[in-house]
Amino acid sequence: MELFTEYGTLLILLAGLFGFFMAWGVGANDVANAMGTSVGSKALTIKQAILIAMVFEFAGAYLAGGEVTSTIRKGIVDSAIFAEQPDYLVFGMLSALLAAGTWLMVASIMGWPVSTTHSIVGAIVGFAAVGVSVDAVNWSKVSTIVASWVVSPVLAGTMSFALFRSVQRLILIHDNPFERAKKYVPYYMFAVGWLMAMVTMLKGLKHVFKDIGIKFSFIETAMVAAMFGILVAALGTYLLSKVQRDESLEENDRFANVEKVFAVLMIFTACSMAFAHGSNDVANAVGPLAAIVSVVSSGGDIAAKSIMPSWILLLGGAGIVVGLATYGFKVMGTIGRKITELTPSRGFAAELGAAATVVFASGTGLPISTTHTLVGAVLGVGLARGIGALNLRMVGSIFLSWVVTLPAGAALSILFFFFFKGVFL
Amino acid sequence: MAFSNPISDLFGKSPIKPLQEHMTLVVKCCSQLTGFFDAVVTGKWDQASDIFDSISKDENTADELKKEFRLNMPKNLFMPVSRSDLLGILGHQDRIANLSKDVCGIVLGRQMEIPKSLQADFKGYIKSTIQASEQALKAINELDELLETGFAGQEVKFVQKLIRELDAKEQKVDKKERKLRHNLFNIENDLPPIHVMFLYNIIDNVGEIADTAESVGNRLELLIAK
Repeated sequence: MELFTEYGTLLILLAGLFGFFMAWGVGANDVANAMGTSVGSKALTIKQAILIAMVFEFAGAYLAGGEVTSTIRKGIVDSAIFAEQPDYLVFGMLSALLAAGTWLMVASIMGWPVSTTHSIVGAIVGFAAVGVSVDAVNWSKVSTIVASWVVSPVLAGTMSFALFRSVQRLILIHDNPFERAKKYVPYYMFAVGWLMAMVTMLKGLKHVFKDIGIKFSFIETAMVAAMFGILVAALGTYLLSKVQRDESLEENDRFANVEKVFAVLMIFTACSMAFAHGSNDVANAVGPLAAIVSVVSSGGDIAAKSIMPSWILLLGGAGIVVGLATYGFKVMGTIGRKITELTPSRGFAAELGAAATVVFASGTGLPISTTHTLVGAVLGVGLARGIGALNLRMVGSIFLSWVVTLPAGAALSILFFFFFKGVFL
Repeated sequence: MAFSNPISDLFGKSPIKPLQEHMTLVVKCCSQLTGFFDAVVTGKWDQASDIFDSISKDENTADELKKEFRLNMPKNLFMPVSRSDLLGILGHQDRIANLSKDVCGIVLGRQMEIPKSLQADFKGYIKSTIQASEQALKAINELDELLETGFAGQEVKFVQKLIRELDAKEQKVDKKERKLRHNLFNIENDLPPIHVMFLYNIIDNVGEIADTAESVGNRLELLIAK
C-alpha cells in the first residue's frame, strides 16, 4: 500500500514510542502491585524485588507471553474485516495504545485504581466497533475475555483460600510449626517450579521444540516440569537449611521463626508472580505494536503469517525496566509501607494463587488484570481467617473502575482514531 | 497526587494491636489499686490522692483509645472475627478501668477507713482481683498468635486453657468476696451505718472488676468459636 511505503517508518516509530510508553506505565504501576506484597511482608527488600521483577517479568513475557500478545494483536478484532483496509487496523492499534496510555496516566494522577488490561481492551473494542463497524469486533472473544475478568479473581481467591488452609492444617495448628514448616515448605516450592516450567513448555517453547523436532506428550511435559520443580525445591531446601531458629525472637511473637521460613518461600512465589505478570501484562503494550509492525512490514497483508520480531519484546521489556527504575520503585515502597500487616505465610498463599491463575490465563490467551486477580487472592486468604482486616470498599471501587475504564478507553481511542485518519488519509 | 492503590488500600488496620494496647492500659489502672489501698490503710491520703490521679489519667487515655478504636471500625471492614464481639470485648475492658477509678474515687472522696479486722482479707481480695484482670490480659495478648494460626489448632486450645484459668481466678475472688461480706456483716453493728453501706459498695465494685475480667474471657471464647 502506498501509505505504508510513504509513512511506514514513521508509523512504526510512533507505534514503538506509544508501545514503550504503555510498557513504561506497566512497569511504573502494575509491577509494583504484583511485587508489593513481597515487599510489604518484608520477604524482599525493594532492591531485591526490582531485580526479581526485571528478570522474571522478561522471562514471563518472552517464554509465556505469546498467547496473550496474539489475542491482543488479532483476537479481539476480526482480521477478515480489516483485510480490505489494513490502514484502519494500523491507525486503530495506534489509537488504542495512545488512548490506553493517556487514560492510565490520567487515572494515576487522579489516584484511580484502573487496570492496564481493561484500558487496552476497551480501547481496541472502541476503535473497531465505532471507527470501523460493529462487526469488526470479535464479540465472542471479547465476552470470553470479560467473563475471565470475573472468573480470575474468584479462581485466585479459591486457590489462595485452599493454599492457606493447607498451610494451617500442615503447619500452623501443630505444636512444632517451625519444624513442620521446614518440612513442608519445599513442596510449595516444587509447585511454583512445576507451574512455571509447565506453562513455559506448553506455550513458550512450543515453537522451539517444533523447530528442533522434539515432540513431548502432555504427560512427558508434566514429567519434565516436575523435574524442574524438584530442582527448584532442592534449591529452596538448601536456602531453608540456612534459616536457624532464633529463640529470642519468640518472646514477643511465637511464630516469628515460622514466618522466617515462609519468607524464603516468598522469594520463590515473588518470582512466579513476576513471571505470571510478565506473561500476561506485557502483551498489553506489545500486542498492538506487534499488530502494527506486522501489517506495515508486510505492506498491508493482514493474513501474512509473520513471527513477532524479537525487538518488539525487547522494547516491551525495556519499557518495563525503565518504568520500574524511574517510578515503580516509589510505588512499591508506598505499597510496602502500607501493607505491613501481611505476613509471609499469607503473602505466599495470595501470590501463588494469583500467579497460578494468571499463568493459566496466559496459557489460554486471556488478557486479565493481575492486580484484580491478586486482590481476589488476598480476599481468599481473608476468608480463611488469615488477615486482620480487609477493606471491602476496595472491591466496590474495582467494579467502579471497570465501569469507567472500558468506556473511557473506548472513547479516547475513537477520538484518536478519527484524528489519525484525518491526518494521514 | 493522591495515592490510591488497589493492593495497599485493600489492607485495613488490624484491630488486634489496638485492642491489646487498650487492655494493657486498663490492667495498669486496675493494678494500681494495691498501692492505693496500702496508702489508705496506713492513712497516707496524699499518696492515695496521687495514685488516684494516676489512675484517672490512665483511664482517660484508655477512653481515648476506645474512641479511636470505634472510629476505626467501619462496617465495610472484613475481619476474621466478628465486629460486635470485638466491640463487646472493648466495652468490658473499658469497664475494668472505669470501675477501678470509681472505687478509688469513692474511697478517696469519703476518706474511708477499712476496719482493722478486715484489712488483711481486703488486701487479699484486691490482689486476687488484679490477678484475674492480668489473666484476662494474658488471654487478650494471645490474639495475634490466634490470628497467625487462623484461629485453629493448638493455639486455640492454649487460649481456652488461659480462659479456664481466668474462670478459676474469678471464682477465687468470689469466694473471698463472700468471706469479706460475711466478716463485715459480723461487725457492721459497731460501725456507722453509712460507712458500712459504702464498704459493701466498694466490695461489690471490686468484685465487679473480676466479673468483668471474666466477661472479657468469655467474649474472647465466643470470638474464637465463630
